[in-house]
Amino acid sequence: MSTHVFKPDLPPPTLSVGVVGWLRANLFSNWFNTLLTALALYLIWVTVPPLIQWAFLDATWSGSTRSDCAPGGACWVFIQNRFAQFMYGFYPQGLRWRVDLTVILAVAGAAPLFVKAMPRKLVYGLAYLLVYPWLAFWLLHGGPGLEVVPTSQWGGLMLTLVIAVVGIAGAMPLGVLLALGRRSDMPAIRVICVTFIEFWRGVPLITVLFMSSVMLPLFLPEQITIDKLLRALIAVILFEAAYIAEVVRGGLQAIPKGQYEAAGALGLGYWRMMGLVILPQALKLVIPGIVNTFIALFKDTSLVIIIGLFDLFNSIHQATVDPAWLGFAIEGYVFAALVYWIFCFGMSRYSMRLERRLHTGHKR
Amino acid sequence: MTENALKHTLGDKMMIELSGVNKWYGEFHVLKDINLSVRQGERIVLCGPSGSGKSTTIRCINRLEEHQQGRIVVDGVELTSDLKHIEAIRREVGMVFQHFNLFPHLTVLQNCTLAPMWVRNMPKKEADEVAMHYLNRVRIPEQANKYPGQLSGGQQQRVAIARALCMKPKIMLFDEPTSALDPEMVKEVLDTMIQLAESGMTMLCVTHEMGFARTVADRVIFMDKGEIIEQAPPEAFFSNPQNERTKTFLGQILNH
Ligand SMILES: Nc1ncnc2c1ncn2[C@@H]1O[C@H](COP(=O)(O)OP(=O)(O)OP(=O)(O)O)[C@@H](O)[C@H]1O
Ligand SMILES: [Mg+2]
Repeated sequence: MSTHVFKPDLPPPTLSVGVVGWLRANLFSNWFNTLLTALALYLIWVTVPPLIQWAFLDATWSGSTRSDCAPGGACWVFIQNRFAQFMYGFYPQGLRWRVDLTVILAVAGAAPLFVKAMPRKLVYGLAYLLVYPWLAFWLLHGGPGLEVVPTSQWGGLMLTLVIAVVGIAGAMPLGVLLALGRRSDMPAIRVICVTFIEFWRGVPLITVLFMSSVMLPLFLPEQITIDKLLRALIAVILFEAAYIAEVVRGGLQAIPKGQYEAAGALGLGYWRMMGLVILPQALKLVIPGIVNTFIALFKDTSLVIIIGLFDLFNSIHQATVDPAWLGFAIEGYVFAALVYWIFCFGMSRYSMRLERRLHTGHKR
Repeated sequence: MTENALKHTLGDKMMIELSGVNKWYGEFHVLKDINLSVRQGERIVLCGPSGSGKSTTIRCINRLEEHQQGRIVVDGVELTSDLKHIEAIRREVGMVFQHFNLFPHLTVLQNCTLAPMWVRNMPKKEADEVAMHYLNRVRIPEQANKYPGQLSGGQQQRVAIARALCMKPKIMLFDEPTSALDPEMVKEVLDTMIQLAESGMTMLCVTHEMGFARTVADRVIFMDKGEIIEQAPPEAFFSNPQNERTKTFLGQILNH
């Protein structure tokens, strides 16, 4: 009898490795690819150097009025000059520490949740979710012991973040409930959820915002006035919840029937089955879709310009039409784009990290 | 082995009673007047051709499927649409599936402790101990902190058995637990099931592993087209089947 001799493990062939190999494989593999590469290089050549020239080399970085700015380059003095307004809007200067503290508490409070070895994470997370919103409201708005700052004075990035964070925090749970409701065995619940989702998905957000600020007061008795920001927040939450619901429903549909059966056979009732077995898997599957919706929401907050709220975008827009700084709209919008981009890119990177961390080996 | 090697005495208590159970899928009459009683500690093997209603029968016992006529009583509780009854029964009945159905987002240990903690309200520490006890019994304690996706099929099925046992069920249902496994893994799962039988568990197994039926079963039931055609102790069932249909079926599966 002969014994089989197994072949040794070999390293992979090195042809495609290294800079030259990479270039050849990806940029110059055939004449068409080479042509595209050349075209792309040309486009980079005509756009990037002038941009760098304008934004950095010829730019003015310090000064106090428009006359300090050299012509031809970007005038970042404008941004510097108005920076505080872009961040806080008309929030009283002496009280802006309250906004800073709110942000610091948010970050500091959430930080332990990112520590892997932290015990009782769930309890802490829930406590944080229960306590922080009240604390944040108290700090931003004021109340017992703190001077009240009406929401009409809120503005800038701070207002954008308030709308985005409240929108996300409200739309997520509501969206999940709607998604579950749409798949419910009970026809009444199903009909209600489908109607809700289809209604909100059918109207543009700008219409919803407009109606919330112009039409709603017409229907309500005069004594009742609802804060304008609150109305916008409710509109954003309801609107985005419908989108989240559909994304989550996609995830629910991807969970095999066997998971429901196994959970049911173990005696888990509906809510435990959903909360412990189905949703954790379904939500993990749709992280890209959820983050996509959140990113869209973050940018859509700029639509509140229609109802006269001074969020980041509107603050910048207002500054560009200020006679003292006329002619620096480009700097303003570039800055706006940069800030939005930083937040959206941050969300996108975080979602990728989350996906990788939640990956638990290959699927069956 | 031609004789039941695990002879034992049965309790008097009826654990499962199906009387006059009928079920339809739309127009399709899938279960026809099923009558079946299982005593405490009894081990039953259900076999029959594909589509004969074996899975449907055992899935009716823990209400994964709903029957439309007849009575099903499990451990003294009748299955009705009353959710309290259903959940009470599911706590006492463990089930093992053909495709394991482990929870892929949880580790092996978490798979095992989930139901004890959330259904039986067991403290985490105790649930961990119970889980490790059963993982030891199915001989994979070292895999406790892995995820199901990192285990072989046979290991996954043994985890599934341990997960069901952690609820300390009085009855275990198996729906073709070895038919999704590669041949070399079938034995490890069957060994686990035999060991479970030795511990006196009431078991209802849908399987085509006739060797297992011979060693373990007190009674083998043959189903076809939604009916129970024949039932007998394994010796009689295999050596002297009474029904023509049973003979053909046995001829087919034993000559392979
Ligand atoms: N949800 C369903 N809707 C309609 N028909 C179904 C459904 N589930 C099963 N059936 C049908 O009922 C019959 C019995 O199915 P069942 O799964 O009980 O068979 P089985 O004996 O377990 O077969 P197998 O050995 O292939 O698992 C089959 O003809 C099947 O096609
Ligand atoms: Mg089956």
